[in-house]
Amino acid sequence: MKPILFIALKELQDGLRNRWLLAISLLFVMLAAGIAWFGAAAAGQVGFSSIASTIASLASLATFIIPLIALLLAYDAIVGEDEGGTLLLLLTYPLGKRQLLLGKFVGQGLILALATLIGFGGAALAISLLVPDIDKLQLFVAFGRFIASAILLGWVFIAMAYVLSSRAREKSSAAGMALGIWFLFVLVFDLALLALLVLSKGQLNPDWLPWLLLLNPADIFRQLNLNGLDAAAQLNGVMSLGQDLAGASSTLWAALLGWMVLCLVLAQRSFMRRPI
Amino acid sequence: MKLVELHSVRHCYGKLEALHDLNLSLNEGEVLGLFGHNGAGKTTTMKLILGLLRPTSGQVCVSGASPEHVGVRQQLGYLPENVSFYPQLTGLETLRYFARLKSAPSAQVEALLRQVGLTEACQRKVKTYSKGMRQRLGLAQALLGKPRLLLLDEPTVGLDPIATRELYAIIQQLREGGTAVILCSHVLAGVEAFIDRAAIMAAGRLQADGTLSELRSQVGLPSLIRVNGLLQARRWQAQLSGEGFNARLVGEDNLEVATHNGAKQQVLKILLEQGDAEDIEVRQANMEEIYSHFMTQPSAHRSAP
Repeated sequence: MKPILFIALKELQDGLRNRWLLAISLLFVMLAAGIAWFGAAAAGQVGFSSIASTIASLASLATFIIPLIALLLAYDAIVGEDEGGTLLLLLTYPLGKRQLLLGKFVGQGLILALATLIGFGGAALAISLLVPDIDKLQLFVAFGRFIASAILLGWVFIAMAYVLSSRAREKSSAAGMALGIWFLFVLVFDLALLALLVLSKGQLNPDWLPWLLLLNPADIFRQLNLNGLDAAAQLNGVMSLGQDLAGASSTLWAALLGWMVLCLVLAQRSFMRRPI
Repeated sequence: MKLVELHSVRHCYGKLEALHDLNLSLNEGEVLGLFGHNGAGKTTTMKLILGLLRPTSGQVCVSGASPEHVGVRQQLGYLPENVSFYPQLTGLETLRYFARLKSAPSAQVEALLRQVGLTEACQRKVKTYSKGMRQRLGLAQALLGKPRLLLLDEPTVGLDPIATRELYAIIQQLREGGTAVILCSHVLAGVEAFIDRAAIMAAGRLQADGTLSELRSQVGLPSLIRVNGLLQARRWQAQLSGEGFNARLVGEDNLEVATHNGAKQQVLKILLEQGDAEDIEVRQANMEEIYSHFMTQPSAHRSAP
């Protein structure tokens, strides 16, 4: 147990030292505040419009940015230590590979969680203080769900980054693979799904179509946040598929958690097999 | 009980056979020099002892257990050949981190930094360190937690002569405390005084294993006796040559006699009792000569199966 704690602590200190925590938190605050006040600018109005539209816009944006940040934070976790020669050294210490991986996950996961909490939590606080007669309960519930799911999404992609970091021989190829993963889940997946729908010309059974969304953690995250909003929020693209997803929220939470566990298990397997 | 025991160990990387039937053992407080060219299997041997690799066949035991055992690792110290540490951390932070991971007392950190001469630089980031300073930080790291077995991979690379001497002094100290040391190197000059035994590897096989005097007699390289300022040097040369020694005249009154194994004492006795020399100098075959002998005639001295 102790080694996990020490490794996590070092990762956390690294996050503070190289100002990752600060930079991500600031980015999130600015994003959230910007969207809350100027999100409706295209419709010709400036100022806070509604909780639902703010969360909807934030969720779309976070779908892009959180996986990217998580991958950037974690892609060199294993291969970076290997290139510095410290992986070889750490493995001669009285700690297991699993402990090393878990320690890194706890540390980097905490950095991302703290940044998300500070960034978006700060924005929610600002909205509750600055916008008159807002339904505070609704605001905090919506933001609470958004923050929790964003953290979980980040953890999924950190674990995913560990998989490729354990497989990559060089840091640069790990970085390339991280970009590839990001492209796949954030851009390609939705397009491929839409193409599938169009090409199948309605022959696919519409009942199991929504389940396809569970194959992409980024879509699960988006769905989770849009589900919680009133019907007024306009759903477009593949997201409209998930409207009638069975079991709704709990299924989605479980699926996101399942993704994280799956990626961690895969990362551990790859790490165990990595030649030293 | 032997501290380290390798019993007919074979290791393959895929189809490549890196180690072939290796038998090696080490007692407590013994210093073993492990020599060989690049690719001879030194690093693979080290990694097997460290538990980083599992042998394809055969057995590796460290203090009676598998080196993969966490309790065994607690007693190991390792200095890798290339380690750049964490560039953003200071020397002190780096050593503290490793001390925690090894559950070494935190008071040891400063003592070790002092011992390797990094006290003044310990507040600086490791990225500003020179190769030699990193090497010393690596050594300090290897000494954390009083290891019973120390594995040093090319420890003198990047060290200046004084730091090298200090390193050997540290090894000497540890040896007296019962720590066994494996010194892996292809730099051989001056290493003789600090090792108890040498193992020479080539192409995944052990070519020789023994104390220096055992190896010397095994290879049969002569000891050179040089006698300076000898009166009637020419007469001595004739006499010694007559008795079957290989004696050579260097200048007017200097004599050089090459003697094998037992003959050295005999020649010295004669020269000391009857000769009137200013100075007698005996030079034995050094590690470099023994090493190159085993390298050039690899098949002649294959260790017994």
